[in-house]
This record gives sequence, C-alpha cells and structure tokens, in this order.
Amino acid sequence: MDWSFIQKFAPYYVLAAQVTVSISFWGIVLSLVIGLVCSMITELKVPVARQIVAAYIELSRGTPLLVQLFFLYFGFPKLGITLSAETCAIVGLAFLGGSYMSEAFRGGIEAVGPTQTESCRVLGMTWGQTMRHVVIPQALSTALPGVVANVIFLVKESSVVSGIALADLMYLTKDLIGLYYNTTESLLMLVVAYTLILLPISIVGTILERRFDYARR
Amino acid sequence: MSETPDNDIILSVKDLVKRYKGSEQPVLNGVSVDVRRGETVVVLGPSGCGKSTLLRCIVGLEDIQGGEVVLNGKVISGSARTSALRQRIGMVFQSYDLFPNKTVLGNVTLAPLVVQGREKEEVNAQAEQLLQRVGLWDKRDVYPSTLSGGQKQRIAIVRALMTNPEVMLFDEVTAALDPEMVHEVLQVILELSDQGMTMVIVTHEMGFARAIADQVVLLDGGGVVECSHDPESFFEMPSTQRAKDFLGTFEFRREKRAECT
Repeated sequence: MDWSFIQKFAPYYVLAAQVTVSISFWGIVLSLVIGLVCSMITELKVPVARQIVAAYIELSRGTPLLVQLFFLYFGFPKLGITLSAETCAIVGLAFLGGSYMSEAFRGGIEAVGPTQTESCRVLGMTWGQTMRHVVIPQALSTALPGVVANVIFLVKESSVVSGIALADLMYLTKDLIGLYYNTTESLLMLVVAYTLILLPISIVGTILERRFDYARR
Repeated sequence: MSETPDNDIILSVKDLVKRYKGSEQPVLNGVSVDVRRGETVVVLGPSGCGKSTLLRCIVGLEDIQGGEVVLNGKVISGSARTSALRQRIGMVFQSYDLFPNKTVLGNVTLAPLVVQGREKEEVNAQAEQLLQRVGLWDKRDVYPSTLSGGQKQRIAIVRALMTNPEVMLFDEVTAALDPEMVHEVLQVILELSDQGMTMVIVTHEMGFARAIADQVVLLDGGGVVECSHDPESFFEMPSTQRAKDFLGTFEFRREKRAECT
C-alpha cells in the first residue's frame, strides 16, 4: 500500500465526491418530485396522463441508466438539444429515479385503507385536506423504507455518469488507475468515499423510519 | 305535500333505493325511516340486509338510485351534499378508523380545526370536556396504536361529536371489540342518548338495542319489515312472522346457554 499516493490524491477524491453528491442530490430531489406527481396521477386515475405515466415507468425501469445517459448526451445534440454533462447526469438520474420513487409512493398510498378516506369524508374534509392530513403522512411512512433504498440506489447508480466524461468518483478512479496503475489505493479510496457518503444516508433513513412508524409506535 | 310536516322530524329517509354496480337486485328497495329530534332509532336485521348500507347512504358515502335523504326539511342526498352538510351528521364505524399518524388529541381536533376553521383554544377545551367524559383525557398525547379497541372506539365517538353534529350514526360499533370492551363503549352511547342526542344505531347487541331504542326498524329483503315506536312490545310480541323468526335466532342461543350451565 502506497500511503503517499493516498495522501497525494485524497483531495481529488474530495472534489470528485462533491460532483457525485451534487448530481445525486439534484437527481434525487427531482426524482422525488416526479415520483410524487406520477403516483398522484396513477392514484387519481387521470385519463391519458395515467397511460403516459405507465409507459414512462416501463421505459424508465426497463432501460439501463447508461443507455439513457448516452441517449441524452450523444443523441439529443443530433436533435439540436445540447446539454452539459452535469445536466445530462441529473436529468438521467431523475428519469430513472422518478419511476422507482413513483412505485414506492404508490405502494404507500395504496396501503392506506379506504376506511381512512371515508372517515375523512364523513368529517366533512375535502379531498385536499384528506390527502394532506391523513393519506400522504401515512403513505410516506409506509413508503419510507422503499424511498430510502431508492436514494441509496441512485447515489450508487450515479457512478455510471463517468461514462459521459463527468469527473465523479468513478471517473477519477478509472483515471488514476489508467495513469499510475495504483489500483488498490485508488479502489480503496473509492470504496471509502462511497461509504462515507452512504453511511449517513442509511443512518438518517433508519432514524426517519423509526420516527414515522405510526403503526408500531 | 298533503300531510302536515312534523317539525320534530330531524332526519327523514324517503323511499331510498340503493343498487350496487353490477347487481340486479337492489340492497335497499324503497326504505323509509323518520327520526325525531332526540330519538334513538335502532336498525336491526340479518347480515347483508342493508343496515350498514342505509347508514352509508344517509351520510353520503354511497350514491343512491332513488328516493331522498332529508335533514331538517332540506334534501341532502345526491348533488345537494356539501362539506357543511356532512359535518351535521356524525358517523362511527365498526373498525374505529382513527388516524394512526395523529395523536388522540390530533384525531379529535382535526376536523374542527381544518374543516370548520374554529379557534384552537375553543376546540381544545371541547376536546378536553369530551375526552374527560369518556375517561380518556390522560391519553390525549398517545398514538392510537397503543390503545385498546374499546378506547379507540370511544375516541372515534368523541371525534365524531367534535363537529357538533345534529345526528349520530353508529354502524355496529362493538362488532369488532372483545366482549369485555363492549360495555364501556355502549355505556358512552347510552349517556349520549340520555343527553338527548339524536341517533341511528345498527347493532347486533339485542340487550343494548332493547335498553336504548325509542324506535326499532327491522330491515330485510331490501325493505322495512317492521317499524315500531314501542320497542318493549316489539321485542316481546313482534307483529310480523319475519320479526318473530329474526328475534327467535337470538332466543335459541339463550336457551342453549341455559342448558350448558
């Protein structure tokens, strides 16, 4: 183990980790929004939009992220739309994550029994009030483990963006290995970096799950 | 209308027809019931006769195919149903459906605060008074999952009362409870009756029905088989054979129990 190599390149890993965290963060935020909207459309059985959502979910889940990124990065310019590598990465993650989040939310909403909404109707609550005060809080509680799993999945999946020349953790590692052949050191720093990013997410996820586990409190 | 309207009638169900989608036979086929102010109406009948459906139609959870529901002289069924009207009829379900994401206090104050837009202090004062009455004020900050079935049901009753409804509907509220918890819930309903609350109760507890009823309605085959304002004589000497048969099913159980001891 060449510790001087690690010492020398650790700051680069900090920079690359910032890229990974930043694109993951925005990709996840967008995928949460997309997921919430899609699950609402599915739940409300909105005509036409519902079919579009179903098609989107199949397409998004059924194609690899790398293919989606290539499509955005190399395909879109041919259509006259040129996006930066960062934008492609964020849009790609959101496109992929949106369907996963949507399915997690849908599971949560469906787990809220019809008697809950009936109780709300009898109390005179509107649809919006019912959603805000009763259905969504309970749905989030049920969906939370799935959502946390998706967040972790998306952070890891972001390593694919190295394929469109974005200098994330994976890209840096491949670069260092190619330049210096310090495979062990580079991979060690890669593993440590991902663990340092993901461990807090995992811990916060567990805390949130406990905090919002209404059924077992 | 040729008949003089009875000012005392607060809730009136007229020729109600309810047919579920995909079914030829209506569940309710021309059911009429009048409920006077302060009266307790007990609806009896075999399983599947449409007792619960009747309550669900009154409160507006089911659309109806004929007839109307009138509250205080105003038609409230069909498109006339609004949020404001819903608050005037309270309903408690068999499965006590408290909101698991809210504390006991959160459950009972949600509708008054959110739907009625009332002041928090006043709502909390009312919640305290009602929860004290059912003996659960000390449980105000706990979540429903930690409560017993009987406690949950008493809170569900308080939740329904919080919007100050004019009529309360109870749909087999003790059917899902362990026997030892039935009494504490029925006691609360009895007290409400004594305080003059107008109520429509669907129940299988014959002893309770007999104790609380001012009017008994026996439903079967989609219609009212017998309607009596004299519950004592209804339970002692029902006038129709169908009512005799129905009450007989409860008699039989009692005889068998006597043999065992």
